[in-house]
Amino acid sequence: MNNIDFSTKVIEMKGITKKFGDFVANDNIDLTVHKGEIHALLGENGAGKTTLMNVLYGLYLPTEGEIFINSEKVQITNPNIAIEKGIGMVHQHFMLVDKFTVVENIILGKETTVKKGNWNTGHLDIKRATKEVEELSRKYGLYVDPNAKIEDITVGMQQRVEILKALYRGADILILDEPTAVLTPQEIEELIQIMKSLTGQGKTIIIITHKLREIKQAADYCTIIRRGKKIDTVKVSDVSEKDLAEKMVGRQVNFVVDKKDIEKGEVVLNIDNIVIKDNRDLNAVDGLSLELHKGEILGIAGVDGNGQSELIEGLTGLRPVESGKIILNGEDITNKTPKYIIERGISTIPEDRQRRGLVMDFSMAENFILEKYHKEPFSHGNKLNHDEIRKHAKELIDKFDVRPRNEDQLAKALSGGNQQKVIIAREVTNDPDVLIAAQPTRGLDVGAIEFVHKSLVEQRDRGKAVLLISFELDEIMNLSDRIAVIFDGKIVAILDANKADEKTLGYLMAGGGVDDERKQA
Amino acid sequence: MMKENRLKFTIIAILIGLVIGAIILLAVGYNPLEAYGIMIAGVFGSPKYISWTIIKSTPLILTGISVAFAFKTGLFNIGAEGQFIIGALVATLAGYFLHLPPVLHAIVALLLACLAAALWGGFAGFLKSKFGVNEVITTIMLNWIAFYLSNFLVYWDKFKRPNSEASQKILSSASIAFPKEFGSSLGSFFNAPVNFGFIIAILVAFLIKYVLNDTTLGYELRAVGFNKDAAEYGGINVKKNTITAMMIAGAISGLAGAVHVLGVTNEISILSAMEGNGFDGMAVSLIGGNSPIGCIFAGLLFGALKYGGYKIQPIMGAPSEIINIVIGIIVFFIAMPKMIEGLTTIRSRRKRGGEVERSK
Repeated sequence: MNNIDFSTKVIEMKGITKKFGDFVANDNIDLTVHKGEIHALLGENGAGKTTLMNVLYGLYLPTEGEIFINSEKVQITNPNIAIEKGIGMVHQHFMLVDKFTVVENIILGKETTVKKGNWNTGHLDIKRATKEVEELSRKYGLYVDPNAKIEDITVGMQQRVEILKALYRGADILILDEPTAVLTPQEIEELIQIMKSLTGQGKTIIIITHKLREIKQAADYCTIIRRGKKIDTVKVSDVSEKDLAEKMVGRQVNFVVDKKDIEKGEVVLNIDNIVIKDNRDLNAVDGLSLELHKGEILGIAGVDGNGQSELIEGLTGLRPVESGKIILNGEDITNKTPKYIIERGISTIPEDRQRRGLVMDFSMAENFILEKYHKEPFSHGNKLNHDEIRKHAKELIDKFDVRPRNEDQLAKALSGGNQQKVIIAREVTNDPDVLIAAQPTRGLDVGAIEFVHKSLVEQRDRGKAVLLISFELDEIMNLSDRIAVIFDGKIVAILDANKADEKTLGYLMAGGGVDDERKQA
Repeated sequence: MMKENRLKFTIIAILIGLVIGAIILLAVGYNPLEAYGIMIAGVFGSPKYISWTIIKSTPLILTGISVAFAFKTGLFNIGAEGQFIIGALVATLAGYFLHLPPVLHAIVALLLACLAAALWGGFAGFLKSKFGVNEVITTIMLNWIAFYLSNFLVYWDKFKRPNSEASQKILSSASIAFPKEFGSSLGSFFNAPVNFGFIIAILVAFLIKYVLNDTTLGYELRAVGFNKDAAEYGGINVKKNTITAMMIAGAISGLAGAVHVLGVTNEISILSAMEGNGFDGMAVSLIGGNSPIGCIFAGLLFGALKYGGYKIQPIMGAPSEIINIVIGIIVFFIAMPKMIEGLTTIRSRRKRGGEVERSK
């Protein structure tokens, strides 16, 4: 906070309106950011935060409005101009070349070459570039190995490379789009430190996020955008997380998940020492064992890429299990067909709802029967019964409050939250013994998250077993009765949720416990 | 609304095709109005011309449905040509070698042709689901195998008609032509080899529409076609459906070959090049919006353009290849709905652009 130079407005966006056809993504938004400030842009998915930043970065032309950088009016018609004006953007999905080293990535597009007088030899001067990168990383506390290949370093390190890339191009203003989405709790902590060190040295940072806690921890000011309109700009130290959430969604939000105290029942799913290969033929799940009881939510905490996807696909019959056994209600269901497994009582809210969960070009009604189209009353013999399919759809749309209330609407025309509602409605009506929920709230806004969480707890309260796989540690901690930590294809620890704290989990998720064991051994 | 748009775009694409065709005619020194006049007269000028147009369209409608059906299930059936050849070959063999009573003989020949072509197409589906070989590659290869297999068999001395470059003619019991007695009352309409093919094609269009929309099989096939990952996750057997889809697509193209033989040519010739009935089916499917019913109209349009178009050469000396250019341009624009959208909304976009200008 003490870094802020209130006399210098580095960014001033005035009356920014951006229309896509009839859709107004940004409606007359004002944004002022001072030098040395960490400014958060908060809003639900689709609220227009990324659009606004894309306007600032020159990816979109505003329909109306003016932009001032350091009080000078500018026309940012493409990103090159933005870079020239000292703006750097780190996108949610990193844009790095895996096979290149850190230095090679950083200088990409602005390569340092050997010059002889005025003559550019075109010969890459990697030595000098490496030195420059090392200086930069020392200056801002962004430590990376400049000679490591991108594919060999962690996601957190890759993010540092992205930030260095922007700094290398002389950025004074950094835009970070959802920077914490892929990080472990420790890495988030480090990122916040880095941001503070950057602002300490005169840089200005805008972070786009919907995570309230990080705003509280890191940001000085926060601008809240709802449905394309600016709602407010607040000083973060003056407001609570709850206030921020209410401004974001426009109504009261219930953070605490209501859960009845119930005794967990007998084991319904027993996963015994299974091995599952990934697409590269490596053991992604490597001797994993787990017991799931009736009436519990078992959360699997872990950083992306530790075998979660392969585990889900193995459990649902989409990927072969190399060895080990999966026992459901006493029956061995290892390597059975997806259809068989669904009928035995495992339903799944898949990780990627657009790829696995829905047929986007099918109507809602057609999507609702994806696993039961061949059953009465939806079909008789080979003939589909459109009346029953429609009736079923109407019931589910009512019960789960899917919008719009039109069963003929194609799935691709629904918002993310409503797509997820369609999937949950379908899976829950299967009345499964085991519900696997993989990343069930990814990309959803606060309101939809509340709904999803309520649905999962409802299943548990009815005595069903829920296996929750999520990269959001908060979600795991809020919902689970027990938490299993997955690392490198194995469950490395199982903790009672009320005894687990974020620090321990983060440590285990990063493979900490495993290293200890190795040291002891 | 999307359907309306598609129809609008299709009509615009056809008009653009005709306009550009007219420009080319003008450029090479012919009066386009006269040329198009000849085409229209060539199609509608006499009942006989109309029946010829329908006859020419029939195989195109069927191969179009075959391609459209495969497309709805997520497959590119480039093999309609080969499946057509197999259907024609087997129908001729059955029509010549089998001895059965009329009607039954025709039905048996049609079914055998469908079955053979179904296996031909299904083989590509099998290779895809078993070994992951792309159906585009296999069907193209199978086209050539069908082509040479057909020529090889026509040279077989028991099958080849002496002193000709063609096979023996099918027995009259296998013919699906309308009985001659029909003709006298309706004038020259029946001066062409009118046959049941067109009726079969329309029935097939409606049957395929029914299968796709109203049966569990169709649901599975469409689910796989739109998103095989979701279909797999929902418990649908993707591999089995790939084979089934290619078999059905093959059967429809085979049927096209069979009705062409049993209704029109009564024989198959030694082919020096592929005739293009299957390849034209791809264009028909595209113009018909990949819908079986749309293929009826697209097939008729295609047949009319081709049949009418070939008349401009003998009458006014204008190259009939112009018509192929017109067809090519139509397909070109239909394949680019975004471009037509761009052309039709260019004015409103300019307006919007103007606002941006002002804001600067």
